[in-house]
Amino acid sequence: MNRKLHLALLFLLLCAAGLSSALYKALVLSFPLLPEATASLWQVEASISFNSLDIPAKLSLFLPRSSKAVAVVDESFISHGYGLTMKQTKLNRTAIWSIRRSAGRQQLFYRALIRPVEGQAPKLPPPPKEAKPEFAGAELAAAQAVIADLREHSADTETLTNSLLQKVNDRELDDNLRLIVGKKPDRFKRIVAASRILNTAGIPARAVHGIRLMQQTKEAELEHWLEVHDPASDSWLPFGRDIEEGQAEETYLIWWRGSAPLADLEGGSRLRVKIALTPSQEEAIDSAMARAQLTGRSFYEYSLFSLPISTQTVYRIILLVPIGALLVVVLRNIIGIQTFGTFMPVLIALAFRETELLLGLVFFTGIIVAGLAIRFYLEHLKLLLVPRLAAIVVIVVLLMAALSVITHKLGIERGLSISLFPMIIMTMTIERMSLVWEENGPFAAIAQGLGSLLAAAAIYLIITNHYVEHLVFVFPETLLVVLAFILLLGRYCGYRLFELFRFASLARD
Amino acid sequence: MLIRRWKALRKKGILGINRRNAEFTLRYNSRRQYPKVDDKLLTKQLAADCAIPVPQLYGVIRMAGQVRRIHQMLSNYEDFVIKPARGSGGEGIMVISGRTQGLYRRSDGRLLEPEEIEHHVRNILSGMYSLGARPDKVLLEYRVQFNPVFEPISYQGVPDIRIIVFFGIPVMSMIRLPTQMSSGKANLHLGAVGAGIDIATGTTLDGVWRNRAVIHHPDTGNPIRGLPIPEWPSLLELAGRCYELTGIIYQGVDIVLDQKLGPLLLEINARPGLNIQIANNAGLLPRLRLIEEKHDELHDIKNRLAFAVQHFGTTF
Repeated sequence: MNRKLHLALLFLLLCAAGLSSALYKALVLSFPLLPEATASLWQVEASISFNSLDIPAKLSLFLPRSSKAVAVVDESFISHGYGLTMKQTKLNRTAIWSIRRSAGRQQLFYRALIRPVEGQAPKLPPPPKEAKPEFAGAELAAAQAVIADLREHSADTETLTNSLLQKVNDRELDDNLRLIVGKKPDRFKRIVAASRILNTAGIPARAVHGIRLMQQTKEAELEHWLEVHDPASDSWLPFGRDIEEGQAEETYLIWWRGSAPLADLEGGSRLRVKIALTPSQEEAIDSAMARAQLTGRSFYEYSLFSLPISTQTVYRIILLVPIGALLVVVLRNIIGIQTFGTFMPVLIALAFRETELLLGLVFFTGIIVAGLAIRFYLEHLKLLLVPRLAAIVVIVVLLMAALSVITHKLGIERGLSISLFPMIIMTMTIERMSLVWEENGPFAAIAQGLGSLLAAAAIYLIITNHYVEHLVFVFPETLLVVLAFILLLGRYCGYRLFELFRFASLARD
Repeated sequence: MLIRRWKALRKKGILGINRRNAEFTLRYNSRRQYPKVDDKLLTKQLAADCAIPVPQLYGVIRMAGQVRRIHQMLSNYEDFVIKPARGSGGEGIMVISGRTQGLYRRSDGRLLEPEEIEHHVRNILSGMYSLGARPDKVLLEYRVQFNPVFEPISYQGVPDIRIIVFFGIPVMSMIRLPTQMSSGKANLHLGAVGAGIDIATGTTLDGVWRNRAVIHHPDTGNPIRGLPIPEWPSLLELAGRCYELTGIIYQGVDIVLDQKLGPLLLEINARPGLNIQIANNAGLLPRLRLIEEKHDELHDIKNRLAFAVQHFGTTF
């Protein structure tokens, strides 16, 4: 039949459109299918403090850079009264704070969020053609002695680099190295010395400095290692890191490269830089959104997440209404429950979201019963229809206010959300119920009232399911599938469940 | 167990609400014709044009300002019926069977003040009984004197006869007998007894009361089965001709049998209920499908009635 084919095609089209869009978002853009999925992030904070000398001060600080495994996002600078400029070279990013006059201990902050990503490694520039001479005089002689010794005991660049690292990291340095590294040798000085020695040997190398994203700490220790240029692959290979290749990329946050220190201060003293590290969880949905922004997909600009938060909360509720409508179709056309007003149970169920089921049922029943009693009393006064309805609206509002006050006094704070009950709908329910009561008897009225309550409770249970709520909000296109099923049910010609009981006597033979 | 019952109902051709709506009322009935049956005043006027007998109209009240004139309008009549023009399912109908000392006596014997009558009329006018609470009109009309043959099997009110008509062919029929429980109203869900009528012969079959099969009337105790309905052929003809009256293809025609005036058209329903199947212990579906096949050849009212008598007797 033509109409059936039409409907089947429409059904398939809507389902395909809804599902394919949802699957694309879920699989390609990693929108979470389950609520409360989280991604792990790190929050880093560099706090810089120094004593100002009451002369113009200038402070430069290297900033961390995104690599192929982690991205630096949401950066912020807290520096009251300071001018801030940013400088970016091929290797490093630098923030420069400056101020004309200041006094006392100064405190500046840099904050950023470190998010794991799967991106492209930034292209690092090849080594300069002609390396600048690193040493002169006695240092040069010492360096050449170290190189000559290393060359004798190694086969290639890799083994040479490794044995150099071993030598500079020894507790007791030999005389040549002590001259190069200097007094009070720390990790930083040793690695910088190693890079200079390698450069003198004609092997392009540089020092790399960063932190390990391992655990929460108030003062993260800086890690230092080497990058040596590999002419064969035209890439820079890391040496001297504690962690093996595989996980290293997402564990290390590279802060800066080269032999300069992390921060540099002019016009001040007692500079101190602390880097604090805090793990933080965020809903996977935010991280998917951020990922989408990083990759620049405009798809997202038109999603519900682009709306202000207050509007988003409204849509979280509105998007549940179609689910409620589908349930009403099932309850009425497939099961055959009779309710007062077609979509009244959906509105009641939405109100139950705030009051929670048990309290909601008690309130609803209470207001309806009290309203009915007063409605029967008004019946004696023989009022006209519209004034009578208006009178019931007033009574319903008063009952709601009274219940709010009583529950508040009793300390049931949830009771306050009774104000979200749809009062006009309740008024109509009271009026319809009293008519059915008079026309068809109390039994029919109570049966229909219970049917409405039952339907509202069933709809409440389904729309308050976190999974359902999450699914329609993150994937609003699933509503196309809901629409498809509603259309399909629109042609359902089978018996309703209640008809099997209504016609029971006909089934006996 | 439910699946077995489902299959038994399918086998018997019982029509469910969903299928009635999707495959009959929505498919065949044009919404344009609905006002003709939704407004009983219009139905009455159309019936007069087709020479179909209806209860005589005493007067119409269209607005609140006319309500006080009701007593004057009815001053010539001892008994009458007040009903909403757009009411459904018998809601809002008030039957007055007589008067005493300025009071009105309702059919259940209760005496009503004139103000109570006025209040009821105002309720009807403001749309209390009409679909979507639309403002309504009030009809004042002749109270049917029901034929005494029904006396043994009815309590107080007037039994009425429902005939389902499809393409102008009577398909299935039942008589609704008031009981004490239904307070004299011929409404099955209020507790009236429904009894099927053999389309071929016009005699009553067994009854159904509150979804149970019954053999005797619950109040009078008389057997329901085997009562021949007087003037059955003219009842069938009246129902069949309502197709020309409304143009509605699938409809339910409600008729009362007056002692003196014979069959009178009460109202027409564009979405007739399905309880008639319980009263007849038979399904509508096979009969409707047969008509879907054959209706092209049956235009003349005589042929249509002959077709019904031939095919829809109890042996069908």
